[in-house]
Amino acid sequence: MSSFVARRIVQAALLLIAVTFVSYGIMNVAPGGPLAVYLHNPQVTPEKIDLLRHQLGLDRPWYVRYVAWLGGLVEGHWGYSYYTGRPVLAMIGERLPATLTLMLGAFALAIGLSFPIGLYAATHKYRWGDNLLSFGSFFAWAMPTFWFGLMLQLLVGVQLRLLPLAGMHEIGLTSAGDLARHLVMPAMVLGLGSIASWSRYLRSSLLDTLNQDYVRTAHAKGLSGRRVLRRHVLRNSLIPIVTLMGLDLPALFSGAVVTESIFGWPGMGRLFLSALNNRDYPLQMAGLMISAALLIAGNLLADLTYAALDPRIRYE
Amino acid sequence: MSEPRETGIRGAPAAGTGGARGGVRPRPGGLWALAWVRFRRHRMALAGLAVLAAVVGAVVLAPVLTQYDPTVLDPDHSLAGPTPAHLLGTDDLGRDEFARLVYGGRISLLVGTTAMLLGTAIGVTLGSIAGYMGGWIDTAVMRLVDLVLSFPAIFLLLILLNWTAGRAPVIMMVAYLGLFGWTGLARIVRAEYLSLRSREFVEDARAAGAGTLRIVFRHILPNAMGPILVQAAFAVAGAMLAEAALDFLGFGLPPGIPTWGNLMTQAQNYMTSNPMLVIAPGLVVTLTVVAVFFIGDALRDALDVRSR
Repeated sequence: MSSFVARRIVQAALLLIAVTFVSYGIMNVAPGGPLAVYLHNPQVTPEKIDLLRHQLGLDRPWYVRYVAWLGGLVEGHWGYSYYTGRPVLAMIGERLPATLTLMLGAFALAIGLSFPIGLYAATHKYRWGDNLLSFGSFFAWAMPTFWFGLMLQLLVGVQLRLLPLAGMHEIGLTSAGDLARHLVMPAMVLGLGSIASWSRYLRSSLLDTLNQDYVRTAHAKGLSGRRVLRRHVLRNSLIPIVTLMGLDLPALFSGAVVTESIFGWPGMGRLFLSALNNRDYPLQMAGLMISAALLIAGNLLADLTYAALDPRIRYE
Repeated sequence: MSEPRETGIRGAPAAGTGGARGGVRPRPGGLWALAWVRFRRHRMALAGLAVLAAVVGAVVLAPVLTQYDPTVLDPDHSLAGPTPAHLLGTDDLGRDEFARLVYGGRISLLVGTTAMLLGTAIGVTLGSIAGYMGGWIDTAVMRLVDLVLSFPAIFLLLILLNWTAGRAPVIMMVAYLGLFGWTGLARIVRAEYLSLRSREFVEDARAAGAGTLRIVFRHILPNAMGPILVQAAFAVAGAMLAEAALDFLGFGLPPGIPTWGNLMTQAQNYMTSNPMLVIAPGLVVTLTVVAVFFIGDALRDALDVRSR
C-alpha cells in the first residue's frame, strides 16, 4: 500500500512540475510578453524598459528565470495583477469562498439526488421509471450547460418568480437563507452532469452487486430487503462512485466558469474571464495553474481512495 | 458516415479463435453488415440517425428552406414572435431566427466535425505509433497524454482563443479543439495496438516483408476501427458542446458569425420578449447531441467495443 501511495504521489508531483513548466512557457509567448503593459505607456522610455527588463531578470537565460519564478510560486509570490496592481493571491483569495460555496452546493445536490435516483433505477431495472431516468441522463449530458441555466432562469426566475435570477446576495442581506435561495439554481446547473453520471454509475454498480453470491446469502438467511440493501449492497457499490467524485472535482471547478457567468456569481471563474478581457497575464496563469493543480489532486485523491477501499488495485 | 469496407473489426482475421468459418475469408463488408444488423436493434439509435439526417438535411438545404438571409437586419420587425412569415420570430436586430438557426447549424456542425477529424487524426497517429513501437516512444507519447490531461481544457482553450482573437476564428477554433481532443482516443488506440501487434496476421504481414507503416496503417488499423468510430461519434458531440460554451463565454466565434452557441448567447437578454430565440437553438443542439450519443452507444454495442 505505502509503495503504491508513494509512487502515485511522486507521479503527481512530477506532473505538477511539468504543468508549471508548460504554464511558464505559455506565459512567455503571451502576445507582447511580460512587459506588454508598459509598451503602450508613453512615459516609459525604451531605456526604462531595458532597465525593467534587467530588474525583472528578463535578460537572464530562461532556465534561470524559470527556477526563480518557481521558487517565488512556492514562497507565495504569485505576482501582481497587471490591471489592479494588487497581489494575485489576494485577489484569488477574495473570490475563492464564493466558488467553493458553489462547488459545495453542487456537490451536495449531486449526492442528495444521485443516490436516490441510482437506487430507484437499480431496483426498478428496465421498468418505465428506469428507462425514463436513463433517457434523462442522456439529455442532461447533451444539454449545453449554459442553455440549461438560461432555461432555469426563464422558468423558475422569470415565469414562476420562485428564485432570484442572479447574484449571490440581495443587496444588504447576508443571511444564510438568502444565500441558499441564490445558490439553488447555480448549484443545480453546475451539478447536473455529476447527478447524471453518479446515478448511472451507482445504478450499474448496484446491479453488479445485486448479482453477487453474498447478497443471495444475505437474503437466504432471512434479512429484510432493506437491511440487505443498506448493509450488503449499497456499501459495496460505493467504491466506483467515490472514485468518480474525486474525478469530478476539477470538472466542477471548470464548470464554475460557465455557471458563474450565467448567474453573475462572484467567484474565481468570473475573475478568470475578466483577467482574459483585461490581458491580465499573471491572473490568467494563476487560474490555469490552480485549475491544473486541482485536476492532478483530484486524480490522485480518486486513485488513493480507490486503493484504500479496494485492496486489489494495489497489486496491479 | 464513411465506413471502411474491406476488413472486419476486432479479431476478424484471426480465424483460429473461432474456427467456424473453416479458414474461409470473410466476404468483404460481411462484418460491417453484421454490425448493421446489431445496430438496427437499437431503436433509439435509429431515431438518432433520423434526427441527425433531418438536422444535416436542413442545414445543407438551408437556402431552400428559408428565403431569408441570416445576417440581413430588419429593425422595423425586431423581436417579433413566431408567425407564418417568421417561423421562430426575429431577433433583436430583426434577423429571421429560423434562417439563423439553419445557417448557424452549418458552422456548428462544421466545427464539430472537423475538430473531431483533426483530433482523431492526431489520436490515431500517436496512439498507433505508441502502441506498435512500444519502448521509449510509447512512454513519451503516454506522458504527453498525461500532461495534456493535467490541464482543464476550458482554461487553456480560453487563454489560447483570447490571445489569438481576431485571426481566422473558425480555423483557430477547430485547431484548438482538435489539439485538445485527441488524448482519450490515443489511449484507446494504443491499447488496441498493444493487443493486436502480436497477433498472427501481423506476424504474417511482417514475414511477407511489409514495412512498419504498412503494417500499422493497412493491417492493424482496420482491426482497431470499432473503438475509433465510437470515440469519434462522442468527439463530435463534445466539440459541438465545447464550441457553444466558448461562444457563450464570449471567447468563441465572433458574434457576427451565426452559430448555435452565439444564437443562444445573443438571445439571453431578450428571453422574455421572444423566448423562442433561446429555446429553439438550445433544443436543436440538445437533440443533435442526444442523437449522436445514442448512435455512439449503439455503435459500441454493434462493433463489440468493450466498455471500460
